[in-house]
Amino acid sequence: MANGSTAQEPGIETHTISVLVDNESGVLARVTGLFSGRGYNIESLTVAEVDTQEHLSRITLVTSGTPMVIEQIKAQLGRLVPVNKVSDLTVEGPHVSRELALVKVAGTGEKRVESLRIADIFRANVVDSTNDSFIFEIVGKTEKLNAFIALMEPLGLVDVARTGVVAIARGGDAL
Amino acid sequence: MADQLKSGAEIVLKALADQGVEVIFGYPGGSVLPLYDEIFKQNQIRHVLVRHEQAAVHAAEGYARSTGKVGCVLVTSGPGATNAVTGLTDAMLDSIPIVCLTGQVATHLIGNDAFQEADTTGITRQCTKHNYLVKKSEDLARVIHEAFQVASTGRPGPVVVDLPKDILIKDAPYMPPNRVKHKSYKPQIKGDIKSIEQAVEIIANAKRPIFYCGGGVINSGSQASQLLTQFVKMTGYPITLTLMGLGAYPASDPQFLGMLGMHGTYEANLAMYECDVMVAIGARFDDRVTGNLAEFSPNSTKIQIDIDPSSVNKNVAVDLAIIGDVGHVLEDMTKIWKAKQARVDREALKVWWDRIDAWRGRDCLAYEPSDSIIKPQYAIQRLYELTKDKNTYITTEVGQHQMWAAQYYGFEKPNRWMTSGGLGTMGYGFPSSIGVQMAHPDALVVDISGEASFMMNMQEIATAVQYRLPVKVFILNNMYMGMVRQWQELLHGGRYSESYSEALPDFVKLAEAFGAVGLRASKPEDVDDVIKEMIAVDRPVLVDMLVDQSENCYPMIPSGAPHYQMILGPADKEANAISKEGAILV
Repeated sequence: MANGSTAQEPGIETHTISVLVDNESGVLARVTGLFSGRGYNIESLTVAEVDTQEHLSRITLVTSGTPMVIEQIKAQLGRLVPVNKVSDLTVEGPHVSRELALVKVAGTGEKRVESLRIADIFRANVVDSTNDSFIFEIVGKTEKLNAFIALMEPLGLVDVARTGVVAIARGGDAL
Repeated sequence: MADQLKSGAEIVLKALADQGVEVIFGYPGGSVLPLYDEIFKQNQIRHVLVRHEQAAVHAAEGYARSTGKVGCVLVTSGPGATNAVTGLTDAMLDSIPIVCLTGQVATHLIGNDAFQEADTTGITRQCTKHNYLVKKSEDLARVIHEAFQVASTGRPGPVVVDLPKDILIKDAPYMPPNRVKHKSYKPQIKGDIKSIEQAVEIIANAKRPIFYCGGGVINSGSQASQLLTQFVKMTGYPITLTLMGLGAYPASDPQFLGMLGMHGTYEANLAMYECDVMVAIGARFDDRVTGNLAEFSPNSTKIQIDIDPSSVNKNVAVDLAIIGDVGHVLEDMTKIWKAKQARVDREALKVWWDRIDAWRGRDCLAYEPSDSIIKPQYAIQRLYELTKDKNTYITTEVGQHQMWAAQYYGFEKPNRWMTSGGLGTMGYGFPSSIGVQMAHPDALVVDISGEASFMMNMQEIATAVQYRLPVKVFILNNMYMGMVRQWQELLHGGRYSESYSEALPDFVKLAEAFGAVGLRASKPEDVDDVIKEMIAVDRPVLVDMLVDQSENCYPMIPSGAPHYQMILGPADKEANAISKEGAILV
């Protein structure tokens, strides 16, 4: 899982990479197999079709390694036959990245009220409620989600589902 | 023009014919019967029935490497496909263009653990350049044409096309190759001109240059080897070749320093260590070439030309990378060199050659000759002398004999040397020689072998006999897995754990049992006669060359050591004891 606050070894960088692929059977296995086979890290990976006419899917992955390893990861991704484009958002100018989490908190009394108060500060929405539980929906940068989840921990956090990061370059240009 | 409908199997055969396939290496089975039926009905494409699917892929590799064309394989589902995996991985590591058609159970049975079902695309995903599972007969023609394009262009490699049985039976329209264009696959062929100009400048200004070239030159086509030879001769600079690159530059030329790397020559490795400019062409800085990375050629400016961006800066950081096909880049480089009227520094070059000649003076390939026992090096030297003027192709297995072949057999031209470099597959050479002989019926094809490697695919004698392929298996028989024994001697206190073959067949009788010819030499004076007879017999021959059992392969860079720490012979062994760290890297 992506965690911006984790102390890293010197020389290790975290990069967000967008990969545009043909949406064909096995393409995700090719990408994940590349990472496991060559011993690269995947901190987060998301995928969905973004062009239904051309059948193109966009994979956003967050990975870490030395600059030489990051360069290898991009070259190895580019070598896969169904890959149309590889773009390293971290080096290619500013970008926006977001993640969504569903956070389930169970409790009653003051803890329940406190969780609602914090959710309000974080602009998280309540998407499900029972007498003794909430499900919050929160969108933001990875760090924000981490902070929110950490605050929910003592208030009865029971379950978390996160989407992983999606990211896109700022400005008017396409990938 | 309305496309006529054909059955899937007909479409496959038509697509193969349109791709110029002359021969398929394969083995039938339930799920590929419709294809075998089509093969039966036509005369254009020949089929060679191997005795094991691994051998089918190696034979196709031999065919591909000796011709520059795509090798074609056909195997059945399940065990047919899994047996092919070693061959596919071998082709992947050595960048050999292969299209492997695998049978598959019918689409409605996929995922049901049906008889002879295996997840072939899943299993082969990491050992192929690309693979396909065809789920509609309508896709067949396109996929097969694409498979040939992907296998043969860019950095070549194996492509698997998995063919469910129902897809081979259903009818669909055919599509010729010229109507197929892949939407995302576009390898970069031409190099960046600015970078090539920069490279010419760096090369011209070098004081201690070296060209370090590999299999990428061979893969780029014979034209690339000619361009390389011209360019290197124009500069007067020294050149070394990797195991995969042998033949890209004529071995007899004085500018050639021999092979580099773990069992490379003293002069090649020291020149790599001491150079100030290194020009890597179609070579990938493999660990067997670089030795200790921290001390690899510490003071050189490194230029790398490669078609695969992932080969650049993988193990060794380079100063200037040119992505493109070696042949195209060398052509541009030659033009720019001539246009700029680039001049080399003759004085510096003279000093550099003097140093190289001093290293050469060590005569690192010298060995202790013997009157009583056949030295393996001697056997290969004699084989070379007696076959060099013929139209000869050499394949090898893996181990000591492979390194001795690389050291003592000189290759003047590309595509004459077939060896398993990347994967190091014992059992590669013999089936590979069958593929070579199929492509070159009149040539002399010799598999330089060890007895252990040969036994990994010796069932293929039956194939050679069936198709009257007069391949020669030149077994350097020391009764050991020689390279394993050598490492056990150097690293594990001479405890020869499981590396001695207690029971070996009588290779002469074995040959005769298969209907081939067996010959044996046990003394140095027999060697020439046996080789001459081997050449003269127009049938498959097994030569059992009983060689010195304790001979080691030198020179040698102990694993984990830098290029300047070479063991030149038995006397050097003690002085260069291998560290624990080195032992891990074996």
